[in-house]
Amino acid sequence: MNGLPVIFQDQSLVALASGALWWPSERTLVVSDLHLGKAERMVRRGGPMLPPYEIAETLDRLVGECEATGAKRVICLGDSFDDLAAAEATAEAVAARLSPAMAGRHWVWIEGNHDPGPVALGGDHLGELRIGPLNFRHIAGQGAQGEISGHYHPKAQVVARGRTLSRPCFLMDSARMILPAFGTYTGGLRSTDPTLSGLMDLDATAILLARPPVRIPMPRAGTGPA
Amino acid sequence: MTALPPEISGWFDARGWDIHPHQREMLALSDQPCQLLIAPTGGGKTMAGFLPTLAELSDGAHQGLHTLYVSPLKALAADIKRNLTGPIDEMGLPIRVEDRTGDTPSSRKRRQRADPPHILLTTPESLALLISYEDAHRTFAGLQRVIVDEIHALAESKRGDQLMLALSRLSALRPSLRRVGLSATVEDPQAVARILAKNPDPCSVLQADPGPDPDIRMLTTEAPPPWSGGGGKYAMEAVLEQVKAHNTTLIFHNTRAQAEIFFHHLWLANEDQIPIGIHHGALAREQRERVEQAMVNGQLKAIVCTGSLDLGIDWGDVDLVIQVGAPKNVKRLVQRIGRANHRYNAPSKALIVPANRFEVIECVAALQAVRERTLDGDIDHSGPLDVLCQHILIRACAGPFTADDLFAEVRTAGAYADLPRATFDRCLEFAATGGYALRAYDQWQRLVEKDGIYHLRDPRATARIRMNIGTIVDADKMAVRLQKSRGGKPLGEVEEYFASMLRKGDTFLIGGEIVRFEGMREMVVEVARTPYLKPKIATFMGTKFATSTQLSDRILAMFRKDDWPELPNHTRDWLRLQREVSRLPERDRLLVETFPHDGREHLVAYGFAGRNAQQTLGLLLTQRMEEQGLNPMGFVSTDYATLIWGLDQIRDVAPLFHRENLMATMETWLSDNAVMKRTFKGSAIIAGLVDRSLPGGKRKSGRQATFSTDILYDTLRKYDPDHVMLEITRNEAMRGLVDFGRIEEMLDRIGDRIDHTALSRVTPLAAPLFLEPGRIPIQGMANERLLQDEATRLMETAGLKVE
Repeated sequence: MNGLPVIFQDQSLVALASGALWWPSERTLVVSDLHLGKAERMVRRGGPMLPPYEIAETLDRLVGECEATGAKRVICLGDSFDDLAAAEATAEAVAARLSPAMAGRHWVWIEGNHDPGPVALGGDHLGELRIGPLNFRHIAGQGAQGEISGHYHPKAQVVARGRTLSRPCFLMDSARMILPAFGTYTGGLRSTDPTLSGLMDLDATAILLARPPVRIPMPRAGTGPA
Repeated sequence: MTALPPEISGWFDARGWDIHPHQREMLALSDQPCQLLIAPTGGGKTMAGFLPTLAELSDGAHQGLHTLYVSPLKALAADIKRNLTGPIDEMGLPIRVEDRTGDTPSSRKRRQRADPPHILLTTPESLALLISYEDAHRTFAGLQRVIVDEIHALAESKRGDQLMLALSRLSALRPSLRRVGLSATVEDPQAVARILAKNPDPCSVLQADPGPDPDIRMLTTEAPPPWSGGGGKYAMEAVLEQVKAHNTTLIFHNTRAQAEIFFHHLWLANEDQIPIGIHHGALAREQRERVEQAMVNGQLKAIVCTGSLDLGIDWGDVDLVIQVGAPKNVKRLVQRIGRANHRYNAPSKALIVPANRFEVIECVAALQAVRERTLDGDIDHSGPLDVLCQHILIRACAGPFTADDLFAEVRTAGAYADLPRATFDRCLEFAATGGYALRAYDQWQRLVEKDGIYHLRDPRATARIRMNIGTIVDADKMAVRLQKSRGGKPLGEVEEYFASMLRKGDTFLIGGEIVRFEGMREMVVEVARTPYLKPKIATFMGTKFATSTQLSDRILAMFRKDDWPELPNHTRDWLRLQREVSRLPERDRLLVETFPHDGREHLVAYGFAGRNAQQTLGLLLTQRMEEQGLNPMGFVSTDYATLIWGLDQIRDVAPLFHRENLMATMETWLSDNAVMKRTFKGSAIIAGLVDRSLPGGKRKSGRQATFSTDILYDTLRKYDPDHVMLEITRNEAMRGLVDFGRIEEMLDRIGDRIDHTALSRVTPLAAPLFLEPGRIPIQGMANERLLQDEATRLMETAGLKVE
């Protein structure tokens, strides 16, 4: 498995190169911000007509991780659909690709800010979910402990031998972990943004998606590229 | 035929001026559908273009817009307005002249559409915007003539293609519209005429008296030029002497980085404190304008500059042009020299400073070309499809259209005269539905067809389409400012890529100053002044032009001669020694040298295909060698050769250069490659697949809405490999950065005539290749020293004297 093992709240977790989080003892796979139907929504609003293959691309990768890990439970941390209309417009295409993977798995859809309502897919639809010491929600809250969230699409930059590499990343400190966006058409927010720097402790680290993923001190506001 | 009314002829008489013969001829033929005037700078070209308009408007009878003037530069439009308004006022003609560019206030722009002036001065982008309005047919209702200035600068660019498509629209609105092109000296006026004329209309070409031959020489210095590198630092003293001996000198460089470095050294050597300025496109506007003003006021003795000063703006009393570095392209050289003076019938004066030993040969070849009046005629231009896609959207903004009408209209543009219907239909399909194999957006199509008529599904889309008009795709730039508590003085801008490489404490040159990188704040690069450090070389904006085919051929022709009395001795000896040790490259053969050096095996291929193509050749050859287990370790390319080093000796060279092998490697290499992704980004923006990023580096704060076009490229390749955007990207790359055309050209001329010379040591012609800095700049004094030592050793090994 292409991943970096980490200990978070005394739990052994694996940050996968795909941007998913794997919790072996619970056989649980966590992904965030799939933004399915983003291309459709952009076109609907008169925006550019991007290649309409991001649903296929995102779900193929997700199904691939389900199979590779042998997950029994899958948690999607919200913003799974780009908006409600996109959820409806793309329901058929999504169901066709996802149903086989959902069968036999406990599937949890956490509500996001883009897709708060119910969707026509199976599985549980929850605002938050607590399993043992870990609390799964969409947006990080103040003073949380053992929180695993998404929403911000964090990314970080490294300068190595004259080359700047910018990658989506996990951010983690002792209290919380923020997942990168799993969706194909998703941009990112630099870890140096004040919002993220304000949220994470000074000893926070960033795990950059690479093969295998690499862990560095989180680049913060005011420090410039590492 | 237009007679000259007394107000105008009287104005000429009162000043004791004669009308130039070509001005008279333009007037005589002004009823033709298309005229191209080729005239040197200072030949009254603009007046020749406008005289028929002034004559036709002199009786005050014409209502609305009469003449549209389009120039590639905003500044030129403003300049012409000044130069035209003066004479019009003095002649007392009832003519209103206005300009319209990106800088014109929007209230005036609105008014101009409803109530246009008689003469409107504009740019290709502003014109594209004008024809996108639904009331375009009213704006252009009275239009008689369109004048395209500096058409030589537009003819081979996407801006020119966009302009000609806009003219095809204007001609459809106004079938009697007459076109006039004004051009500097070009090699093939007929090619420019074909691009200008409404296909298949004829175009008459007028050649004005080219004036006396320019006085161009190579600057001879006591110190010979170095073996490699650019910048011309060795000639600093001689350049300063020339500056002192003339009124005003323009010192051209091929890249901004070289201009910066030269300016820096010029000031270090400038003991007399002669006033010298610097001007290039990466400097802050305030700083550029200050230099321009000082120049017009005659306060500067010299300006170090790049192509940003290339076009026909009159900067005052310039009596000398110095070109540092080989001109790479003879046409550009001649046009630059035209800048030297605006006095008709006085010879222009120019000096070329070769930056290294090979450029001595290049300069001599270029000078021969100028004397024989042969310029590069590389115009082989078929209209790019990304520009066509944008034009289809622009047309849709103006109102409903049929595919047949638009196709016929587009084919009247010379560059699109041979456009196949099937290709047009694919572009139309792309503009309408995205053109994807998966029909996902049927409900949200951008263009909807009903009874053969296409129209925009959502009229609100016009705003987005208009916002994205234009064919210049800039790399994302970041402003550079001095660090202060509340935003310091702006110094200029650098590419985001360059900025992202900087680490705190790094130094670089900008605006002739060495600055230290302190940090980034909200998309601004903050720096501090550091007068005493040696800069890390400024690598920003390093566009390197490839040497033209014509110039390469001339150099190869020179190599065939028995001796070279026209070359300085140091260069002549160098070529003689190469002939003695190995051989000189020839035009219809490929010389490949192999030799060991420094524990590695080396291969040099003298393809003379230009920098981009040699670079591609290097990538292809090393990939091929990698597959064959020949352990290549790296390569470096110049305009004339590629040097590859590795662990194993190459014994059988010929198969590496077989066309089939190169093509096969090309296929696999092209598909996943940074060059392709970069090309895709540019074409995707022009064709309207993605939006242009907002000007001034403004970004949405919070979660990003934008993402990399690389992802789109990968997704398309995986799910829709036949998509039209991928085809466009491929074609663009092949004739742009990849320049595969020049590789094919090379393969055509060499055939199977490959001369492999296996040697025991570095050859004279190969030696400078070892000193080519390539992409990674030399950093700090230790490297400098190493390089010097290495240079000495290399030269001695090759049997060459070291100065």
